[in-house]
Amino acid sequence: MNYHWNWGIFFEPNPMGTGNYLDMLLSGLVLTLKTGALAWVIALITGSLVGVMRTLPSKGANWFGFAYVEFFRNMPLLVQLFLWFFVLPELLPKAAGTWLKQLPNAPFWTAAIGIGFFMSARVAVQLQAGIGSLPRGQKMAATALGLTTVQAYRYVLLPMAFRIILPPLTSEFLNTIKNTAVAITIGLLELTGQARSMQEFSFQVFEAFTAATILYLLVNAVVVTAMRFLERWVAIPGYITGK
Amino acid sequence: MKHFRSIGLALAATFAVSQAGAQELTGTLKNIKDTGAITLGFRDSSIPFSYLDDNQKPVGFAMDICYKIVDAVKKELKLDKLEVKLNPVTSATRIPLMANGTIDLECGSTTNNAERQKQVAFTNTHFLTASRYVFKKSSGLKSIDDLKGKTVVSTAGTTNIKQLTEANVEKKLGANIIPAKDHAEAFLMVETDRAVAFVMDDILLASLVAGSKAPGDYVISKDAFSKPEPYGIMLRKDDAPFKKVVDAATAALYTSGEGQKIYDKWFTQKIPPKGLNLNSPISPELKNEFAKPTDSPNPDDYK
Repeated sequence: MNYHWNWGIFFEPNPMGTGNYLDMLLSGLVLTLKTGALAWVIALITGSLVGVMRTLPSKGANWFGFAYVEFFRNMPLLVQLFLWFFVLPELLPKAAGTWLKQLPNAPFWTAAIGIGFFMSARVAVQLQAGIGSLPRGQKMAATALGLTTVQAYRYVLLPMAFRIILPPLTSEFLNTIKNTAVAITIGLLELTGQARSMQEFSFQVFEAFTAATILYLLVNAVVVTAMRFLERWVAIPGYITGK
Repeated sequence: MKHFRSIGLALAATFAVSQAGAQELTGTLKNIKDTGAITLGFRDSSIPFSYLDDNQKPVGFAMDICYKIVDAVKKELKLDKLEVKLNPVTSATRIPLMANGTIDLECGSTTNNAERQKQVAFTNTHFLTASRYVFKKSSGLKSIDDLKGKTVVSTAGTTNIKQLTEANVEKKLGANIIPAKDHAEAFLMVETDRAVAFVMDDILLASLVAGSKAPGDYVISKDAFSKPEPYGIMLRKDDAPFKKVVDAATAALYTSGEGQKIYDKWFTQKIPPKGLNLNSPISPELKNEFAKPTDSPNPDDYK
């Protein structure tokens, strides 16, 4: 291959005047982590609410949970972000649309919320499955003890269900981080975006994307290790995740 | 791949020795001779340089130039038949595909600058373009200073966003600069009032405006962020014999007046697929360059 490798490129000043190329990639990494973290918080909270709704005795709640999951799960993430960013403001009343468009850091908030909602549908399904896998007797016992539905979920069902679904949640968390790469489509210069900028400026494609790959791997390694510790810490003896 | 190439070279060397007198070919020329084919990289939406017409066939100013180069290569290698293969490229894939030998020439709108010359080579300049901005008539902007405190968009990774950032610091504009993924999206940001202006090569702005829903609504600024920068057809670096043929072909084309003819065809007349007319007559700088073709990446060399 007729390619001129130049690993020193990372220490050459970048044309944006913000230090060298490595600084550019690291600033992208920070943005990736921020977006991923905020999206994951949104995904966990919304996903838990919707997941619980899908297991409640109420028909209305069931139906809402079902509609929510199908809406967010069946559309490609790329399309969703495009809709939130470009189409939604046009559908709102003009003043509201303009306000939304001129928000500072609009791409960041749109990406974090959009990815958060997309992932929340997946969290909801996981949690529903987790609750569904508990023996029926658990809920009955909780009711027999005089706990209300809220209390039964809070003290009995959810603590069990979350422990059971912790391993699949780890991979959903990793997916959330990786999905932030889609945000370049709405102009968020996260890690993938910065790697692309770097290759456009310097034409050193392979160095840029090798560095991005390594950074993603490092982040994922940290997440996986941290989640393993968490799993061990909350494990219930006798259950799948227990020792 | 390296191994295959060195085996190939060894074989070629033996062959050359046994056929004393035959000219020894190397690099791209040898490859073209051996395979009987040359591969052109084209862009799908760089109007009018290289884009797809309504039959999904790549056409454009740069494509026409590349076909002239192909003719010259065919003549140089004394081939009766030379197959032309077409391979789509994007700004992200053009370098890997050039480096790994998939494409031999990139026919598009790639800016020739010193930084990129560390990685690839360019033949004689076929266009000069300066960074300007497009805005809606209704926003009433005039000069670069009017961008103070406004939201301005440009395409990520381009020389334009770099110049915009520099101007922002230098002129203390305090503008909010947002990067877009590609030109179409950046223009969409102006169309939907997310940004007041889009900074880009003026010729690309002209084609975006011509292709928009209401071309009359947009104006391109008189103020420029840069001196006119050269576009070149890209080829592999360190392949002097091939570059010599390509340079000779483009130089002959531009100095003969045929270059001007092809230019007029794409920039001052209706072009497919929608019959747009970019109405951009040749600039004095490009006219000078056509008279004295050069592959210099330095904007100061074009006056």
